[in-house]
Amino acid sequence: MNGLGASRNRIVAMAVVAAVLIVVPLLLKPYGIYLLSMWAVLSIAAVGLNLTLGFAGQVSLAQASFVGIGAYSVALLTTQGWPFGLALIVAAVLAFAVGWLLGYPALRVQGHYLAFVTLAFGTLVFLVFRNEEWLTGGIAGINRIPRPSLLGLSTKPPLAFYYLCLVALAIVLVLLAALLRSPWGRAFVALRENPIRAMSLGVDTRAYTLLAFAIGAGLGGVAGAFYAPLVQFVDPGSFTLLLSFNLLLMVVVGGIGFFFGPLIGAVVAVLLPEWLRFTEGLYLILYAVLVIVLMAFCPSGLSGLVERFRRVAPATSGEAQP
Amino acid sequence: MAGLLQLLSSGLATGAIYALAATGFTLLWQASATVNFAQGEFVMLPAFFVLASMQLLGLSFGWSIVVGVALSIVVLGLLFKRLLVDPLSRYGFMPLVIATIALGLFIKEAVKTSFSAEALPFPALVPPIPVHMGDVTLSLQDISIFVFAVIAVAALQLFLTRTRTGRTMQATAQNRALAVILGVPVSRMILYTFLLNAALVSLASILVSPIYLAKFSNGESLGLIAFTAAIVGGFNQVRGAILGGFVVGIADNLTAAYISTEYRSALPLVLLIAIILFRPQGLLGRSEERTV
Amino acid sequence: MTHRLEVEGLSKHFGGIPAVDDVSFQVEDGEILGVIGPNGSGKSTLFNCILGQIKPDAGRVRVDGYDTTGMRPCDLNHRGVSRTFQLLQVFPELTVRDNLVLAGQEHRGTMLSRLFGAPDAGQTERAEQMIEFFRLERLANMRAGSLSYGQQKLLDAAMAFMSGARLILLDEPAGGVNPTMLDGFRERLSEMNRTLGATFVVIEHNMEFVSALCSRVIVLAEGRILAEGTPDAVRADRRVIEAYLGD
Repeated sequence: MNGLGASRNRIVAMAVVAAVLIVVPLLLKPYGIYLLSMWAVLSIAAVGLNLTLGFAGQVSLAQASFVGIGAYSVALLTTQGWPFGLALIVAAVLAFAVGWLLGYPALRVQGHYLAFVTLAFGTLVFLVFRNEEWLTGGIAGINRIPRPSLLGLSTKPPLAFYYLCLVALAIVLVLLAALLRSPWGRAFVALRENPIRAMSLGVDTRAYTLLAFAIGAGLGGVAGAFYAPLVQFVDPGSFTLLLSFNLLLMVVVGGIGFFFGPLIGAVVAVLLPEWLRFTEGLYLILYAVLVIVLMAFCPSGLSGLVERFRRVAPATSGEAQP
Repeated sequence: MAGLLQLLSSGLATGAIYALAATGFTLLWQASATVNFAQGEFVMLPAFFVLASMQLLGLSFGWSIVVGVALSIVVLGLLFKRLLVDPLSRYGFMPLVIATIALGLFIKEAVKTSFSAEALPFPALVPPIPVHMGDVTLSLQDISIFVFAVIAVAALQLFLTRTRTGRTMQATAQNRALAVILGVPVSRMILYTFLLNAALVSLASILVSPIYLAKFSNGESLGLIAFTAAIVGGFNQVRGAILGGFVVGIADNLTAAYISTEYRSALPLVLLIAIILFRPQGLLGRSEERTV
Repeated sequence: MTHRLEVEGLSKHFGGIPAVDDVSFQVEDGEILGVIGPNGSGKSTLFNCILGQIKPDAGRVRVDGYDTTGMRPCDLNHRGVSRTFQLLQVFPELTVRDNLVLAGQEHRGTMLSRLFGAPDAGQTERAEQMIEFFRLERLANMRAGSLSYGQQKLLDAAMAFMSGARLILLDEPAGGVNPTMLDGFRERLSEMNRTLGATFVVIEHNMEFVSALCSRVIVLAEGRILAEGTPDAVRADRRVIEAYLGD
């Protein structure tokens, strides 16, 4: 779709953003670095949801559950002395497997129904986190989650752990880009645009639907695996509908189905609470109002806004003349 | 046995409340394809309108109910439609899903901030006096809730099937294009549906609050329960929503008594997922062929 | 003897009304069979039953002697059966080339080999052939959604050929196509039939298109086969004329 000029611009823009992400934290206080780390972690989860929702067209209001599954896995295993790397794999695989199961209702229902089913599922997972005290510590949660050491280097300092999160995000993005370029990516888009036609062309829509859920969930698990050592504390209240909803918003605000959309959405989601901090108790009220206003004026999100602008002014893009 | 009967009767009472919320939910879906993720908060809010009328305006309980219901019909019916659903529905379902979730959050937080985070006592229309029938002790309150809800639902059914306006509303819900051709004032019919939903949730709110107390977080589970009840019965039918409400209400009480109170709120969720997986058309619904 | 496609006693009722009623026919290797009939005579339902899109109430479908009744469309496609739909069905957000690659990619290797293999799953060459064959060169990199209706129709047909299917069911391929494009389109189909030895079953309203393309025609009316024969013979059949006039 984009000519060579556009893609070169894109590479330059990516390089600039990467440089900023590497350099800026050197100038920040620990709390700023914490926020940036949180941005990277939530971006991983949102990118996963964007695969499920944006590319494969399957609504999910349960992404927080997978972040939770990942976070609890790492919290439980690393506090038992497991190495982080191994716990990370367990987190991803477990979330992938549970996500696969959540895909089954999606084979039956779509749209609103699916939104509610995934919402119900998310609530169930929350109840398990809260009620199974022997495993999860109940409402008290799990404390003192260690930060990992890599190659003898401790990631205990905020900056070191931030770079670890950033590398994780970069790896996730590269793998996801490769996935979307592969035949699987094409099949996911086909699944979103016209599942019946896709099926008649030999695309096993059943398998791809389950995979869309499982891979998205797996990335949620990866995000959770970094969330636990970042916050160094997990409790059920962190993985409620509110987080699922926030992740959904990151995807929508960033623009559903745009590759870098969730990263932009995550900036808003991480910074907005900070900007609204002065309002104290009114924060969530204002947040809700902002969301409704945003939906009314810009339902396709920020990237959608940019895209709309670009389509109005095609002279600037390198599109081939028909 | 006596214990079981008692559980069944309280199940019928809670079920009746769920049925009200589920019926409103179904009506909205039929008329305007609006799935209201804030329905739980819609059931929570009217009780606070009533409390506000009592505390701020110093009205009696009876007049406060009148004011509370009227306010609910304006806010949760008229304003909800005009300010939120109308501008958003043309963008497809995703923005509306997000906006109604945000609305739920807004109502919840607004109540918490302006009233209290604590559960507030709410006066009962009928006091919870025990009624002895043989070895079974039933609560007069449970019985009255059931009676009120059944009267409301029966009145609704009569309205929808016997009055001209009601029948026109149903015709609009079934085939909007045809209704437009026949000169039905479609947008007014849809507005009536929103007002009806608001009235139903107000009634549910006034009936449920004496039992569970008025609390900002009451809507969290009620919304999912209303949806579950609507699905269990078969999404597209008012009869289904009523049946679904009772099924969920009874199952809810039985779980709490025999299985686990901790997982009481899990039951509707499990029921919802099971129904979707094994009988997506609901208990009363007919299965539809997927058209190509 | 096995037939490329054998339909035996196929029936499908919708709420008591028979859409397809005890239909039986065979299609031989390399044949082009036309299916005609008035609107609502059950043609598309027949296709959907054959292709596993909907489950028939009774009857069997065999492809090369293998019973495929009730098989999922994607599995059927892997057995060499492909189709187009009455209404346009391309993927508007994918490019023309990606539409074609998608149509072919699921027929080679396994899910895993597709994930780790080449991004085009080795389909580019065949996609280019199709692009050339259907004269879509100028459009190859454009979003399919930005093509004209007739161009999308060509792409739609080209996608059905990507997998190298030996049996292709075309649902109103000429519908809505500009008359000036129609002859070229028909020639493409005839050539596909000759060079690939692909067997076609074609639902069509345009009788001239059918006469020029098909060697044999069956006529459906009210879900049943009313007549069968060469296009000319069927056209002269009084019952067929009555069925159309009575419509």
